[in-house]
Amino acid sequence: MTTQAAEPAPEALAEIIEAHTHLEGPLLPILHAMQEAFGFVPGTAVPVIAKALKLTRAEVHGVISFYHDFREAPAGRHTVKICRAEACQAVGGAALSEAVLSKLGIGWGETTPDGAVTVEPVYCLGLCACAPAAMVDGKVMGRADADRLTALAGEGAA
Amino acid sequence: MKIYVPRDAAAKALGADEVAEAVAREAEARGMSLQIVRNGSRGMVWLEPLVEVEASGRRLAYGPVQASDVPALLDGTLDSLGAVEDIPFFARQTRLTFARVGLNDPHSLDDYKAHGGLAGLRRVLDMRGEAVIDELKASGLRGRGGAGFPAGIKWDTVRMAHADRKYIVCNADEGDSGTFADRMLMEGDPFCLIEGMVIAGVTVGATKGFVYLRSEYPDAIEVMTEAVELARAAGLLGDAVLGTGPAFDMEIRVGAGAYVCGEETSLLNSLEGKRGVVRAKPPLPALEGLFGKPTVVNNVLTLATVPVIFEKGAEHYASFGLGRSKGTMPIQIAGNVARGGLFETAFGMPLGELVNDVAGGTASGRPVKAVQVGGPLGAYMPTSKFDTPFGYEEFDGQGGLIGHAGVVVFDDSADMAGLARFAMEFCAVESCGKCTPCRIGAVRGVETIDRIAAGDAAAVPLLEDLCETMRDGSLCALGGFTPYPVLSALRGFPEEFGPARDAAE
Repeated sequence: MTTQAAEPAPEALAEIIEAHTHLEGPLLPILHAMQEAFGFVPGTAVPVIAKALKLTRAEVHGVISFYHDFREAPAGRHTVKICRAEACQAVGGAALSEAVLSKLGIGWGETTPDGAVTVEPVYCLGLCACAPAAMVDGKVMGRADADRLTALAGEGAA
Repeated sequence: MKIYVPRDAAAKALGADEVAEAVAREAEARGMSLQIVRNGSRGMVWLEPLVEVEASGRRLAYGPVQASDVPALLDGTLDSLGAVEDIPFFARQTRLTFARVGLNDPHSLDDYKAHGGLAGLRRVLDMRGEAVIDELKASGLRGRGGAGFPAGIKWDTVRMAHADRKYIVCNADEGDSGTFADRMLMEGDPFCLIEGMVIAGVTVGATKGFVYLRSEYPDAIEVMTEAVELARAAGLLGDAVLGTGPAFDMEIRVGAGAYVCGEETSLLNSLEGKRGVVRAKPPLPALEGLFGKPTVVNNVLTLATVPVIFEKGAEHYASFGLGRSKGTMPIQIAGNVARGGLFETAFGMPLGELVNDVAGGTASGRPVKAVQVGGPLGAYMPTSKFDTPFGYEEFDGQGGLIGHAGVVVFDDSADMAGLARFAMEFCAVESCGKCTPCRIGAVRGVETIDRIAAGDAAAVPLLEDLCETMRDGSLCALGGFTPYPVLSALRGFPEEFGPARDAAE
């Protein structure tokens, strides 16, 4: 789901910025669009965005680093988000995430060595009445179990 | 024949998309002509995917349906649950805000109108702003995000403010664990939220609205985005609302995974493209809100309740409820529960009745140990407090809060000290960093609970003292309310906080 290109063309960055500058408060929409296009927010985009929006680079960096969603490096080919919040804990959510992480041999926010799967914590997907909940590549999963969540790992290149 | 297969995220999480595909495939193979409607959820999540078949004037429910059940469903040999309205969990409800959710097609503005939609707005367009405010005040509607501030007073403050531009901001950053009513409403009846925002806009003189919708809700984002486009194409939004009204338009904005952005001032900063850092109040957002302009910030449920108030009248709405908690509340029952889902009812139902009768106790079959009401910042209510009626003041009096009305049930295997530690850990992860009691206090809270668990009796009063500092000294509810779950767990279940507790007493 992600593009591995480390440095997107300057024209591609400019095009994304240009498409959003008419908005009131365009920074978050721009960052979302960057991540959608490249799989992460490239470091080379920071000065370009700053110049276009008349902000300092520190301000742009500050916004990127404030929000959990924005990545500064590409994720694995699949992203698994597992809910850590209370409703999921009430039905074995903690055991589920432990099982998934130990099966894949990684910690929160890490990617398997073959680049297949990144596992991230999420605090509530609004699926609290069919917990534990997870999201795999943007697709929601209720009453999730470790086998279904780790099935992706052996898939190789997606 | 019409077949309703919900497109609600919870239904999809349990296989609704696969069911819808199977219905389409099977119908085609049989040469059957049928229409598949992807509706919202009826709210009975333990029965999802709950499929309804409408034929010869009757709409019958089936559930939970898996793709492999579809041939039997189309043969008419699958056991039916009967009409949704007759299922006890549903029959006991009073659905005002959620009247249409699951019933109509969320992708059709015509269907919305056919079920009473826009009646409230049409009435408002013929009223003076002052009369609208009076009626909203008379309804007793309070902010459904958790704070419970009277909506009429907030709207009036914005209406009376002088400015060249005003905004309506819908807080759809529903981050509280155990809550999903905003999500269900947006996925099941998006035009209701749009109508509520338009009413707010024309009443206070705002021309622009934003829905700040969390990124964890991709399905709600999709439905709302489409609904705004349909509403614009139909003239519900634009230069003249419904052809004759003032201008009002709106945008869907996506959050970026910060829990604190559910706090209204950090939400405004985030919308402006800044870090989601909390602002000190005053100034109130009603006077200096988004981009410094007067702004109504209301939760999804508050705004989505406005249309029915003006459709049926304030008196009708205020006739439900208890004391100063007027009307109904869409309560979300979740966690370790036999029958989880959305249950809208008049304020006043005792907590125990909700948990034991309505929801059928735990899913595990083990005894209920505690119930967390109001999200991660809500108190753990032990079963000894189960006679507390569901209302703002009633919960406050018991050292709790109803918040956004999420009810998370835990059975006797719950680790209360672990949950208290998690509350502090969560606060540390999500703190915006602006104020010290929250930023530092949450980290010290985790350490202090670890000391208690390791047997340090002196750490218990220290934790209580720390909680007091966080409660009184934090800028917003994140640091200010984290003591609720921590202290309620400590006081309700002291024996679970390590051997130190006994030694201290």
